[in-house]
Amino acid sequence: MLKIKLKTLFLVLIFSSAFFTELKAEHTDTSDLTEAYDPKPMIMHHVLNSHEWHLFDYKDNEGKSHPVSIPLPIILFTEGSIDVFLSSDFKHGQVAVKKGNRTYTLDEHGHINEASGASIIDVSITKNVASMLISVLLLLLLLKSTAKGYKRNKYAPKRIQAFLEPLILFVRDDIIKANIGPKYERYTSFLLTAFFFILINNYMGLLPGAANVTGNISVTLVLAMFTFAITTFSGNKNYWKHIFNPPTPLLLMPIMVPIEIFGVFTKPFALMIRLFANITAGHITILSLISLIFMVQSQSGNGAAFGVAPLSVLFVLFIMFIELLVAFLQAYIFTLLSAVFIGLAVAEDH
Amino acid sequence: MEEIKGIAAIGAGLSAVGAGIGIGLIGGKALEAMARQPEHSGMIQTNMFITAALVEGVALFGCVIALMQAA
Repeated sequence: MLKIKLKTLFLVLIFSSAFFTELKAEHTDTSDLTEAYDPKPMIMHHVLNSHEWHLFDYKDNEGKSHPVSIPLPIILFTEGSIDVFLSSDFKHGQVAVKKGNRTYTLDEHGHINEASGASIIDVSITKNVASMLISVLLLLLLLKSTAKGYKRNKYAPKRIQAFLEPLILFVRDDIIKANIGPKYERYTSFLLTAFFFILINNYMGLLPGAANVTGNISVTLVLAMFTFAITTFSGNKNYWKHIFNPPTPLLLMPIMVPIEIFGVFTKPFALMIRLFANITAGHITILSLISLIFMVQSQSGNGAAFGVAPLSVLFVLFIMFIELLVAFLQAYIFTLLSAVFIGLAVAEDH
Repeated sequence: MEEIKGIAAIGAGLSAVGAGIGIGLIGGKALEAMARQPEHSGMIQTNMFITAALVEGVALFGCVIALMQAA
């Protein structure tokens, strides 16, 4: 029996991909622009929000691909009337929906427009909202059973409490107490909630078929606005004194005061952009590396694609490991910086 | 229009250079410090991750602007 070591097999596959470019069975001699696989629609579709939860496509006998997705309810407020219907009524954007005297159409960006141009307030359950509801259920389940352990187990914690309690204590001691100081108990509920919400949604976004919740700028905007509101409303006299009257020489005041006022807004803004860009960039990297296989297939045929596939999958595995680290790190950084800003706001005079 | 997308890609690459230099410096100094005082490795490593995430945040500002130009 031939004993081929796995390492040798990998090396042979990778190096032989250079020779597979000769096998071009389906490659015709038309121009590349019409044939080259464009990954952008697929990547954008995975990263953006939508009114239905697309799962996969299947090809029927004639080769036409049909999408399989879970339709989600659409809830619209149009000038005093409420319309609720399932997104499957739109038939993937091809049919206009009539409710009363209003006609709704779904354009290719996923926005809903009314035929007479009336303004719509769209509060539908979109993919991100449904995913957030699932993550909230998961969080309630995990954290409630951790809290119940306090009543029951008088000795060593077991099961989920043993896993989550060190994490909760780490966040409380090393992030919250260390940065806010004596009055930290008022802010533990917000900071712990932010940490676990971002952590669970980051991890859920890495699963196949998942929604990209924390990579949506509206979600990170709201989280950053919470931090902004809490720092602004709990700022004491010392905090505002440092912004409007910093202890600097008089000649530097015209520079320092605008910078300090600007800084009040840029700090939450940076929180928002940091979380959004890290998570979305990770998803786009993984999707681009997978679509590399299909781009090679459209350029050089199936043989070269089979050669590139092991490389691509190895890279994606590597990037996935980094994404696991980044998911935890971004939740930690968001909570840490929020704690630092709150600590600056409630700091006592030295 | 295609030229702008190409220049946006160059912009994103430049911000990646900035991130690479910044995080490389942070990692190098952290390793030096850990070699000098191994008993404080934990604290040094924690601070290294925090600083790296802050530097990466700034580099991703550039990426976000590039993405906005390209799409």
